[in-house]
Amino acid sequence: MSNIKHSFDDHTSTIQATQEIPATPAAPRRMTLNMGPQHPSTHGVLRIVLELEGETIISAAPDIGFLHTGIEKEFEQKNWQQAVTLTDRVDYLANLSNNLVYALAVEKLLQIEIPARAQWTRVMMTELSRLNSHLVWLGTHALDIGAMTMFFYCFREREDILRIFEMFSGQRMMTSYIRIGGLALEPPRGWQQVVGKFIKAFPSKVDEYEELLNANPIWIRRTQGVGYISLEDMLDLGITGPMLRGAGLNWDIRKSEPYSSYDKFDFKVPVETSNDVWSRYRVRIQEMRESAKIITQALEGMPEGAWQADAPHVVLPEREKMKTQMESLIYHFKIVTEGFRVPAGEAYQCVEAPRGEIGYYVVSDGTSKPYRVHMRTPSFGNLQGLPKMLEGILIADSIAALGSMDFVLGDTDR
Amino acid sequence: MNHPAILETKQAFGETTLIVDPTRIVDLCRHLKDSEKYVRLSGITAVDLHPAEPRFEVIYHLHSIDKNQRLRLKCLVSGVNPEIDSATGVWRSANWYEREVFDMFGIGFRNHPNLVRILMPIDWEGYPLRKDYPVHGYKYSYPSE
Repeated sequence: MSNIKHSFDDHTSTIQATQEIPATPAAPRRMTLNMGPQHPSTHGVLRIVLELEGETIISAAPDIGFLHTGIEKEFEQKNWQQAVTLTDRVDYLANLSNNLVYALAVEKLLQIEIPARAQWTRVMMTELSRLNSHLVWLGTHALDIGAMTMFFYCFREREDILRIFEMFSGQRMMTSYIRIGGLALEPPRGWQQVVGKFIKAFPSKVDEYEELLNANPIWIRRTQGVGYISLEDMLDLGITGPMLRGAGLNWDIRKSEPYSSYDKFDFKVPVETSNDVWSRYRVRIQEMRESAKIITQALEGMPEGAWQADAPHVVLPEREKMKTQMESLIYHFKIVTEGFRVPAGEAYQCVEAPRGEIGYYVVSDGTSKPYRVHMRTPSFGNLQGLPKMLEGILIADSIAALGSMDFVLGDTDR
Repeated sequence: MNHPAILETKQAFGETTLIVDPTRIVDLCRHLKDSEKYVRLSGITAVDLHPAEPRFEVIYHLHSIDKNQRLRLKCLVSGVNPEIDSATGVWRSANWYEREVFDMFGIGFRNHPNLVRILMPIDWEGYPLRKDYPVHGYKYSYPSE
């Protein structure tokens, strides 16, 4: 080797000589790193400006608003029932929770009773959408950390859930299935078999996920002890949902302020105490099992009867009645042309969504359009705690930590 | 509940609303958090009552996990140079909530650490959720209007 001389040898050496490696500075230099807005593991369009010292994050500043579409302004242009379609688009993974909370808030103002069958169907569908959301979270979060198989497993089950949504409402994602006064459509014939088949198999699928992850040394090392943020900080910064339950706080709105007959279902609120990415994973896995229990109970004990409220001024009449009875025809005409009016007043309704507390504050001035709708979305509140959580951890851990928050940027920016 | 800042108490649909003197809102918030266990600030929002005066309602939704109770505080703020004290000293979560209200309604929060737009672009003109702001913005105009 040594006897082979290339003519450009000398040239190469001069380049090397000019590239002098600087002496290590006494204090490590700081560096500002832009994560996003198109970073795959920010799950949407989120930009985080990270200040780094070596590989340690000194400070993080989330920059949001890339997906802002002015939904709250649009609410004021639609009539009450039309606005249901907007709620789907806020959090596209938990759209039924958003449908539900809006319907409950308006029904509070209207003071109408929802029949038991509609309430139970609402519970069942909302829990299916919780499964949907947690499955997407688990799949993508595991993918971020390097467990690619989980993604395929979770999306396999999610596909079944989307098929159920399609069967009920005709849509896979933007279902708008829960309407003011009840449901959009009567549950289709044969739904018991489809949901029953899915929910019977589902617990064994969760077993599969746990089998893949629980004893996986990479998963354990990347999640345990990562992403700590104290419970006091979380409450003060507005974080809700599984994050709090992963820090040992037993608070679930389904139990503390039951809505839509959740008090008639038997389920536990899973709580973990280690307050890291691992505990949030454990909470969500157990929540999936509890949701499956709720769906099974809804399936077995589904009450008979009406699926819409007995409120002709709000709910569209049946086709047959509309064609044969004058009163129904008048109501139909009124609802279709101008929409129903909601008595003046204000109401706040919150539900436990997969990500935490969704609260809708609805103001009516007595007309057929909402005067103001404010959405308190869980992702917006949770994301505010992100700088505190990322402070002082390694940049490699930041992906696991922010994934464990499970935010949806559509939900943050609205 | 008795506090000199409370002007009026209302009950509707099982929800309690306190109408609060806007100059003493931070006092009351501090009192509610420290003595009445309202540990969580669920959200801050506003309603534009245009063309009424005072024009804005600033609304605080408080939640106590211990007592399992919710509370709504409401302050009336003038439409001329609207301003109110910031609650960020009481709950840190008020930071983003107040920035959103500032962004959407143009209500200023005194003593806020970083009062800049949060959802709209930083150089945006106008406040979109005000009632006199057109839905399509000022960028386009339509002959029918």
